[in-house]
Amino acid sequence: MSGIARRLYRGEIDVDFVGRRKLWYGLSALLLVVSTVGLLLNGLNLGVEFKGGSVFSFKAPTAVIEQVRGAFGDAGAHQVIVQTTNNGWRVTTESLPAEEVTTVQKAVAQRFGLPQNQVTLQVIGASWGGQVADKAVTGLIVFMLAIILYLTVAFEWKMALSAVVALLHDLVITAGVYAWSRFEVTPATLLGFLTILGYSLYDAVVVFDMIKEVTAKLGTTSKMTYTQAANNALNHTLIRSLNTTLVAILPVAAILFVGTSLFGAGTLKDLSLALFVGMIVGTYSSLCVATPMLVTLKEREPRYQAIARRLASQGARGAAKASRQPVTAGAANGAADGEKRRKK
Amino acid sequence: MLLSLLAIILAMGGTMFLQKAFTPEYGLDLAGGTTVTLRPVTPNGTPPTEESIDLAVGIIRNRVNGSGISDAEVAKSGDNIIISVPGVGQEEVVKLVGTTAELRFRQVLAIAAGSPQPPGQMPTQAPSPSPTTPGGKGAKTPAPSSSPKAEGQEDTPSSRPTASAAPAPSGPPAGRALSAALVNPSPAAAPSTSPSPGASTKPEKPAKPGKSATPSPQPSSPVSPENPPAEVDTTGIDPAVLKEFEALDCSKDKGQGAQDDPSKQFAGCSQDGATKYVLDKAAVIGSSIATANAGVDQTTGEWLVQLSFKGQGPDQWSKVTTTAFNSQPPRNQVAMVLDGVVISAPVIQEPITGGRAQISGNFTDASANELASQLKFGALPLKFEKGSIDEVSSSLGADQLRGGLIAGAIGLGLVVIYSMLYYRGLGVVSVLSLTVASILTFQSVVLLGAFAGFRLSLPHVIGLIVSIGITADSFIVYFERIRDEMKEGRRSLRTAVEVAWVRARRTILIADAVMFIAAVVLYFLAVGGVAGFAFAMGLTTLIDVIVVFMFTKPFVALLARRKFFAKGHRLSGLDAERMSVVPATGSTTVPQEA
Repeated sequence: MSGIARRLYRGEIDVDFVGRRKLWYGLSALLLVVSTVGLLLNGLNLGVEFKGGSVFSFKAPTAVIEQVRGAFGDAGAHQVIVQTTNNGWRVTTESLPAEEVTTVQKAVAQRFGLPQNQVTLQVIGASWGGQVADKAVTGLIVFMLAIILYLTVAFEWKMALSAVVALLHDLVITAGVYAWSRFEVTPATLLGFLTILGYSLYDAVVVFDMIKEVTAKLGTTSKMTYTQAANNALNHTLIRSLNTTLVAILPVAAILFVGTSLFGAGTLKDLSLALFVGMIVGTYSSLCVATPMLVTLKEREPRYQAIARRLASQGARGAAKASRQPVTAGAANGAADGEKRRKK
Repeated sequence: MLLSLLAIILAMGGTMFLQKAFTPEYGLDLAGGTTVTLRPVTPNGTPPTEESIDLAVGIIRNRVNGSGISDAEVAKSGDNIIISVPGVGQEEVVKLVGTTAELRFRQVLAIAAGSPQPPGQMPTQAPSPSPTTPGGKGAKTPAPSSSPKAEGQEDTPSSRPTASAAPAPSGPPAGRALSAALVNPSPAAAPSTSPSPGASTKPEKPAKPGKSATPSPQPSSPVSPENPPAEVDTTGIDPAVLKEFEALDCSKDKGQGAQDDPSKQFAGCSQDGATKYVLDKAAVIGSSIATANAGVDQTTGEWLVQLSFKGQGPDQWSKVTTTAFNSQPPRNQVAMVLDGVVISAPVIQEPITGGRAQISGNFTDASANELASQLKFGALPLKFEKGSIDEVSSSLGADQLRGGLIAGAIGLGLVVIYSMLYYRGLGVVSVLSLTVASILTFQSVVLLGAFAGFRLSLPHVIGLIVSIGITADSFIVYFERIRDEMKEGRRSLRTAVEVAWVRARRTILIADAVMFIAAVVLYFLAVGGVAGFAFAMGLTTLIDVIVVFMFTKPFVALLARRKFFAKGHRLSGLDAERMSVVPATGSTTVPQEA
């Protein structure tokens, strides 16, 4: 073990997250724009559960599930859910226009040697439309308010705001990935989004808890600005963040990559993509969006401005020396080293 | 701690054994189920309106998936309603959804809080004074409704300011509360379009009805006005119904679709589950409603619901309102019961003889319209004709499920390898903790499946897999804290374990609280699959807390006494090299080498 891995392992890392906030903001802004454009241009590829669809029923005792799925795919249907019933096959597709319905019926009938009128069609409404969607949206809004309230009490409103902004950031970007990839948005995907929502907040809260602890020690005579202290806190929890993300993401990645490549696309792929993207973005945003935003908000407070001014004037004399005094064990200074790295 | 955890696991295992429930109940996508097509028809053969079909969909969704965890789906298909219920051979479900949903007016005989500990009740939240103000004799002029401004308001514009119009503090306010429950309550409460649980008030007064034993079963008696209002008055309540009433817990089962026989008394819950009622025999049935509309009061600008009766309705309505008006609270309320659930129970402010009535209260546009459409539905109840019944296989191919499980297992293996490599000795703790969490989760899912109808669907499974991350994070937070403490180099491992715990505990609790709030809010406000998922999320969060508190921490404390860990053996994960313990300053600034 050597190099970065070794330093990671021993907790000797020191990345200037906060100092590079312009970079992160730029990156996030870019991602958000790309996602929004994707959502506007492509929209989401909603599944039959949201939009309603066409249900075909027919009897083909000798067919196997892959053949049935293939037959509908070849006939031009995109979202195909195949079920067997005590009465033959039941295949749900997206809402097809009348002429395509005929095409599909013809193709399927031909494939399985049936008369065309034995492939019956039923149009079904959205099982996840209307009320279910409305209530979910209401729930989300109430949830956001509840979280802001809770975090304001547990921490402070600036942290609450930053955490929720980071959360929205994650959701938009994840939705953007769906818009661009044209992966299907099913109820399962929606629930994946909800999981991300929980995960993203969870991660931000753990990071903020550490920031709160480290910055609580800041007084008028302290040798660090809020920015530096927050950056220290980030580095301090960096191992935790990386470990947690890795542990959480390994199973999801396994489902996404192994599951999909071995067993083909389907619900699993749709769902695990949401989680995979959401978790990575969630970890990123806790470190690089929520915290810099918090710092920007906090540095406006007079007491932290005072520290920053005092340190700036001292800094003219011996910046490196002052900021090199570690305040928290294990976490080293931020700004100075950041400077150094950037020069390389 | 460890022992009590063991006791919990054994107890749950024992219950599983007794119930012979060893596998979870699977949801629609994993197990397949029964799909029923219902064709709603009106009694007189006219085609049902779009509106009443939508309402019927809502009613049926409540019947099959009221708690949100049974993974049933209800969809509209043209004029038909398609219901999919997990599991095969669900004959009783088919029977349940096929019954006609009817509306009835019943006088309230007794009320009580909906469940022993109603969730999130705010006893201080004032019920808005919002009783029925009758259209009365001057049927056409919109009768001035009691202004919803103040509680104990004496000068109601209604012609007869009555006791019910100005609720004395002693009066159980549930009736008005219910009307208020149909209202968007205060900004603090949930702005949902449906009655939210927080809106209604817990009646303080009605004590256990069983205690005052006056079970004189005069079957049909509306109560005489002389009855003392202090206790819950059991006069005239059928003992059997009273028993049902006492046993009723609205937080578990609101009794949707219950067979409410119009000629019998009936115990039921309010729509939000906050209040339960004993109700008299049906006084007016829904088909006597001629019209029901939401409108705005010309004078006060308040939203209200107006309804009128036809046929025998006006007479019956005048009879029940007269009786109610002459009764003591809570019997001065008349409940509207749709499909076994009390949708509103306004206080009657005067006998209403004209066959028209209006219900006022803190209605919003949406809540007034909701009540009006529920009443309209009652006017024209839909019967459901059974169409096709199919047993369907799971919508996910078996291949998908197998793929998911294999991939999940690979992922878990990777997690185990990673924690062993990174945390070495402590990795054992995290792997064991995850094992304990998995056991608890599996047991909970099985037991909930057996007792509460919880159905495990693919999103739940994935959610549970993700929860591995959250659970693991609790250990990681704790371990990193221990190592921080150790790095400072001043403490023995045994002290470090305790000091680190205090700090880690706070982080874990705050972060888990966030997850839990998410779960609770979504569970109560969302319906269908979202609610089911929220349920699973809340469950795993609780399990995480239990495991960290009752297993991980005590287990680490136990290990800290072993030499292997205390001395910082190379493989313990707490060795000096790993900690890079530097005496004195503990500074770790490292020359850049990249």
